[in-house]
Amino acid sequence: MINSGDTAWVLISAALVLFMTPGLAIFYAGMVRAKSALNMMMMSFSAIGITTMIWVIYGYSLAFGKSQGGLIGNLDHLGLANTLDQVTGAEGHQIPALAFAMFQLTFAIITVALLSGAIADRAKFSAWLIFVGVWITLVYLPIAHWAFASQGGEGGWIIDKLGALDFAGGTVVEINSGAAALALALVLGKREGFKTESMRPHNMPLVLLGAGMLWFGWFGFNAGSALSAGSLAATAMINTQICTAAAAMSWVLLEKFRDGKATTLGIASGAIAGAVAITPACGYVNPLGALVIGLIAGALSAFAVSRKYKWGYDDSLDVVGVHGIGGLLGMLAIGFLATTTANSAGGLGLLNGGGADLLGKQSVAILATAAFSFTATWLIATLISKTIGFRATREDELTGLDTVYHAESAYDISGNANRY
Amino acid sequence: MKLITAIVKPIKVDEIKDALHEAGVHGMTVSEVRGFGRQKGHKEIYRGAEYTVDFISKARIEVLSDDDNYESILDLIVKTANTGAIGDGKIWVTNVDSVVRVRTGEIGKEAL
Repeated sequence: MINSGDTAWVLISAALVLFMTPGLAIFYAGMVRAKSALNMMMMSFSAIGITTMIWVIYGYSLAFGKSQGGLIGNLDHLGLANTLDQVTGAEGHQIPALAFAMFQLTFAIITVALLSGAIADRAKFSAWLIFVGVWITLVYLPIAHWAFASQGGEGGWIIDKLGALDFAGGTVVEINSGAAALALALVLGKREGFKTESMRPHNMPLVLLGAGMLWFGWFGFNAGSALSAGSLAATAMINTQICTAAAAMSWVLLEKFRDGKATTLGIASGAIAGAVAITPACGYVNPLGALVIGLIAGALSAFAVSRKYKWGYDDSLDVVGVHGIGGLLGMLAIGFLATTTANSAGGLGLLNGGGADLLGKQSVAILATAAFSFTATWLIATLISKTIGFRATREDELTGLDTVYHAESAYDISGNANRY
Repeated sequence: MKLITAIVKPIKVDEIKDALHEAGVHGMTVSEVRGFGRQKGHKEIYRGAEYTVDFISKARIEVLSDDDNYESILDLIVKTANTGAIGDGKIWVTNVDSVVRVRTGEIGKEAL
């Protein structure tokens, strides 16, 4: 029997998580130069379109259909067949399968949209559209199956066989996007003028608005992952708030000591880093654990994002430093801080007397996700590069992708701009 | 006739406008410009990466004057725009051959 309270929360959460992708579009658009701000947003919005269509046709089925050896789902739900009258969830907390399918769709969307940050200002738009479809199919769907498709011990191998803990997508969304972003940045190469020209964000208020939308939507992402409207959702929600807030402050504190000033980009980036880090852990740690993770996450990511200048890869908007490193931290933190007082179905970390067992499982999940995601993404991106080309021409890149690919420009704020 | 062009700190524009107005100057043109002098650019920091912004925002004030009064206008602008700090700007004076008032067609001194 369908539980209406749980169903209402999952439906609302699906809408909250979908709201994050336009938020991401705004967050990213503010960080790039004005000449390709629209292209940046277009990459996110087109990810919504393509991923949704794939999800309906075969995506949901491959991710959540009956497991084939723990690696991928079967084709029972092509076209969302056999879902309309189905329910999912534990006895007493059942929700319509379609509510779950919608909720999970929004995760797939934002994960691929995140990748656009690594290749800002220089990707050919047609190549991006193809990449989104191929990447969702060959990278996202398998990993989502591994870590999210719980089928009573017979589902995805990470969740059902290995038994690693990932509440809301530290592997599927964060480590996956971080590893894939690194591969993309390496295949596409640096922007023209990387490290020699000023590429400062063109609109910081947009960045802060986008960060606010992401923060808001993240409550659906994390607390919605409880798939029920009870104390576990409440734990996940307050942990999300605590970790996000603490990381925002720890990032700007580090900046103040290192660079001399606390910046708005720092507080926004810190918030995202904190929300990322608590994503896998929000349903397994207690509030003080969330506070500790947040304080580490902000400072760690603030340090990590500067590595690209040292090592010379142009991960333009720091998907690796924020999502990859934040996800890594969150997954590992579970191995130390997990407690069954937060979630009786969870586990005990090293610091709570659980030994190193959980930490080992978490590490396997991290390595498998990162290795598979990086390798597969590198192959896909290289293949696209060698065939139709993934990189915009130098001239188009210097001109700005907005006029070249979309025949539009982001700003016309001078009243005379249409005259001269 | 002379054209006085003053590059000044944007925060000084209102003060200069009021001072010139009180001194009987009837018109001026202001525009937002960017540039650098001895002050050079300034630094901005984004996610720990330092960017040098070479061109700093300045205001350009243009005032037309007859040959008798330009020195007092020049002095007034210098006095008002001065903060004593680096980046106060520069003022130069050029000769103007002809001036026409568009509405009436008046030419030369009458058009000022």
